[in-house]
Amino acid sequence: MEGILNAVVLFSNFVLIPGMAYGSQLALGALGVTLIYSILRFANFAHGDLMAFGTMFVILITWWLQSIGVGIDPLPTALLALPFGMAAAIAISLLSDRFVYRFYRRNKSPAVIFVIVSIGVMFLMNGLVRVIIGPNDQEFGDGARFLIKVREFKEATGLNEGLALKLSQGLTIAVTFVVVIALFWFLQKSRTGKAMRAYSDNEDLALLSGVNPDKVVIVAWVIAGSLATIAGTLYGLDKSFKPFTYFQLLLPIFAAAIVGGIGHPVGAVVGGYVVAFSEVTVTYAYKKFLIYLVPESWEPESLVQLLSTEYKFAVSFVILVVVLLVRPTGIFKGKVL
Amino acid sequence: MSILLGENMVGGYGGADILQGCTVAVDVGEIAVIVGPNGAGKSTAMKAVFGMLNLREGRVVLDGKDITALSPQARVKEGMAFVPQTNNVFAGMTVEENLEMGAYLRTDDFRGTMEQIYDLFPILKEKRRQAAGELSGGQRQQVAFGRALMTEPRILMLDEPTAGVSPIVMDELFDRIIEVGRTGVAVLMVEQNAAQALEIADTGYVLVTGENRFTDTGAALLANPEVRRSFLGG
Ligand SMILES: Nc1ncnc2c1ncn2[C@@H]1O[C@H](COP(=O)(O)OP(=O)(O)OP(=O)(O)O)[C@@H](O)[C@H]1O
Ligand SMILES: [Mg+2]
Repeated sequence: MEGILNAVVLFSNFVLIPGMAYGSQLALGALGVTLIYSILRFANFAHGDLMAFGTMFVILITWWLQSIGVGIDPLPTALLALPFGMAAAIAISLLSDRFVYRFYRRNKSPAVIFVIVSIGVMFLMNGLVRVIIGPNDQEFGDGARFLIKVREFKEATGLNEGLALKLSQGLTIAVTFVVVIALFWFLQKSRTGKAMRAYSDNEDLALLSGVNPDKVVIVAWVIAGSLATIAGTLYGLDKSFKPFTYFQLLLPIFAAAIVGGIGHPVGAVVGGYVVAFSEVTVTYAYKKFLIYLVPESWEPESLVQLLSTEYKFAVSFVILVVVLLVRPTGIFKGKVL
Repeated sequence: MSILLGENMVGGYGGADILQGCTVAVDVGEIAVIVGPNGAGKSTAMKAVFGMLNLREGRVVLDGKDITALSPQARVKEGMAFVPQTNNVFAGMTVEENLEMGAYLRTDDFRGTMEQIYDLFPILKEKRRQAAGELSGGQRQQVAFGRALMTEPRILMLDEPTAGVSPIVMDELFDRIIEVGRTGVAVLMVEQNAAQALEIADTGYVLVTGENRFTDTGAALLANPEVRRSFLGG
């Protein structure tokens, strides 16, 4: 019995909790990608670097707040700085739309052109981030580290294995929960949200119903910029901030959006967790976990790890390829890319 | 004087002109019907009247005011509503949301209008929580019709409102169109079922290759042997 409990705790500690946190971060990222895809009708390659850009502002403001001694201990100061980062990400999104994307929209350019243009925007944002904050890892988390500490958990339960829940993980899951509910309420119930769904569903008919396309596009960027900054800040607090890592996040985020069905917000959330848990379960070494469960004679000698962690991006890649081959519309029947 | 007039319209989709100087008009409480062979430019003429096409020549006049330069959204505000021939519902949204989108520009309470539409098409009330894309062809046409009525338009433009529906539903839709016309709405519609449509038409336009071939009252066109032979199948 104790073996099973230890196994469960071990699994929670190394798979369930990290998977939930990472999945939440991917879900928020994928929601932004899916939203831009449904309104502007292209896959935005600049989304990862938009996350980096917004997060960079959060970090700069956080440092400044820390230097003047403003904080909300035990919560991280970054939460205070979050609205500023969101504003910066929204501003650069709207500027890139005004000076870049709008031109191609007016020309009714094909989606391929938009994608390539977004890669250009990606390089631009990437460059800005590197110039302003540099390419290195940045530390900006403060406040309490843990909600549940390993030692305390062990003492309380008397188990061999301890459970740790980092504040950043708990925060990620809670914030994602609130943001996703607010977003779905907005899309399902509000007048503007319905106009956005209508515009995504049938652009011409939305125009015939009096929906203002410029407004819909602006709202889409406002939401995408906000989501990108929230996702990026939570990821940075949970792991660390490094511009290149955010660029790399594009792959699992796209995989998440496509697995769920691109253009489908529920799909983006589900896809985020599917990709995260695939990554975490495939790269986890099950040796210790199995030792708790099987008789001594069956104990595995190897690590029982399907894939070493360096290859975790291969998981997203494989998911992406398989989904595109087998079910290109994704789980929730989004649009075919 | 007509409430809505598209006069000497010339234009197309960027390539060759599809409309070659065609004129259509409709008056308050009147039903005007455009008929003609496939590819004649009927839908193009409707889009031109609604501002979804740039005209090279000609003009669109509403209430004596030139609205040629107005965007489609602005025309909605002026009391025009349009049901296009294809993709005329929000397939992923519920029936009720489709109707709400019709009322998007309204700031007053539109529940009364919605009830009227449910009275007009009781099946829509039954299916109001269902996605419009899951409905039958006839029910979809009713949703599309209902969406357009939600703005309480003064001018209702319908492009083949009975395409792909059963004969029973078709008769019912025609009845509803007549009812709407009686309430003082100007109805301008394109119809594939030319004979039946001309029967209810105050004015009929026979359009061929982007030009008016015949223009007369519905009854006169039906009685015209040349029209009968060429366009009504004998
Ligand atoms: N979006 C478009 N782009 C380019 N050409 C078009 C477009 N839509 C229609 N056309 C062309 O314009 C011409 C007139 O088409 P239109 O749809 O107006 O005909 P119609 O009279 O409505 O025919 P139908 O009875 O089939 O609905 C056709 O030659 C068609 O190929
Ligand atoms: Mg047509």
